[in-house]
Amino acid sequence: MPELGKYAVHVLSSYGLSLALLVGIVAVSLVRSRSVKARLEALEKQDG
Amino acid sequence: MIALLLRDLRLAVRAGGGFGLGLAFFLIVVVLVPFGVGPEAEILSRIAPGILWVASLLAALLSLDRIFALDYEDGALALIATSPLPLEGAAFVKALAHWITTGLPLTLAAPALGFLLNLKPDAYWFLFISLALGTPALSMIGTFGAALTVGLRRGGLLMSLLVLPLYVPTLIFGAETVRRGAEGLTTTTPLVMVAGITAGVFAFLPFATAAALRINLR
Amino acid sequence: MSLWEYANPKKFMSFTAPILPVVTVAALVCLVSGLVWGFFFTPEDYRQGSTVKIFYIHVPSALMAINAWFMMLVASLIWLIRRHHVSALAAKAAAPVGIVMTLIALVTGAIWGQPMWGTWWAWDPRLTSFLILFLFYLGYVALWAAIDDPDTAADLTSVLCIVGSVFAVLSRYAVNFWNQGLHQGASLSMDAEENVADIFWYPALVAIAGFVLLFIALVLLRTRTEIRLRRIRALETRARRS
Repeated sequence: MPELGKYAVHVLSSYGLSLALLVGIVAVSLVRSRSVKARLEALEKQDG
Repeated sequence: MIALLLRDLRLAVRAGGGFGLGLAFFLIVVVLVPFGVGPEAEILSRIAPGILWVASLLAALLSLDRIFALDYEDGALALIATSPLPLEGAAFVKALAHWITTGLPLTLAAPALGFLLNLKPDAYWFLFISLALGTPALSMIGTFGAALTVGLRRGGLLMSLLVLPLYVPTLIFGAETVRRGAEGLTTTTPLVMVAGITAGVFAFLPFATAAALRINLR
Repeated sequence: MSLWEYANPKKFMSFTAPILPVVTVAALVCLVSGLVWGFFFTPEDYRQGSTVKIFYIHVPSALMAINAWFMMLVASLIWLIRRHHVSALAAKAAAPVGIVMTLIALVTGAIWGQPMWGTWWAWDPRLTSFLILFLFYLGYVALWAAIDDPDTAADLTSVLCIVGSVFAVLSRYAVNFWNQGLHQGASLSMDAEENVADIFWYPALVAIAGFVLLFIALVLLRTRTEIRLRRIRALETRARRS
């Protein structure tokens, strides 16, 4: 862990918030991709 | 084209909404501001240009959804689209009618309301000229926004979200003109920019508006 | 063999299926190594202290916020001119990613500005432009969400994107004129004098590559989702008819 000095809160919070946002959009995209894929497969099976 | 313009104007006057409502809204906003920020004449005179511009922008926004909504509902818009008049021309006329019913009265009333906000005497002329040059752009941009959302049942709020960011450049240059005028600085650049935005918007947005209308009428 | 063949949804799906994992892994590698390098192994700036480390997130996200909109503009133009559905869907897929990038740039900028300028927010031209860009993104996404018919939605949002782009550029100049700012000039310009020192620059480059790859991966993933949604819609309509 590098010594961040008096700005530790700023640096860490900006890294934390940014990574949280990135993980958020990735997670939302993945979950939606999964569910849509499952729905499509179910429909196609039904269709024969 | 002139027939369409006259028809729109007549409808606006007969419905009673167009003229009165926008102006009354403008007046109320201007009256509310001193309640919010306090009655000190100095502060008011400093923020007056911005308040007057923002208030007229909001007042113009208020009546935008009527531009196409009624015509869309009763089918008149489809008739206009199939008439020999090009839809681009109709879009232009619609914006012009909106300006005559809202922008023009606002421009004429704004200097009077400037008294309420203790606007500096030098600034009156610039307020009038910048609104006269800028409000047509507001009407045209708004007509474009109205065309985008005409098919939606609750388009009003969405339209505000779409239109307001597009108003930013006009507002900046318009209010800047008045502010510089109040301080006795040279106002040529912002004023020319306001005029340029209006000219550019009227040159290009009728095409975008007509395109949006065609898509919505499909 | 023409580039436009990939505009066929089926072809697009089969073409991107093997690419997506590769891009994802590359994005992760670049992102992690760039940020770790920047966070752990770079010195502090003599004036800004450890806050320079925010640079490795702030600059790439700001870059991507603008480029995402640019990509949407190109995709919208392709949709309006050649009417490839994949193009419209890619623009739709990119918008939320662009929102997140803009948000990251704004948030890290505010956190960075607090110790450096003594304020979270200043009505500085660059900051203000990004706020306006954020509003444009919101409007774009809201318009997509509001319209039921997918083709109408694609058409109208494309028109909005094009008009919005013109106004976004106009706003940038207007805002510049309106207020001279606190924000420093371009840190990545070709002008070497203004550029940041190499030691900060190399990890930033890796981080930028990571953000670009991540953006591509996300857009591919989301576009594939949109294509599948379209297919579901078609199947359901057919089922209802029969």
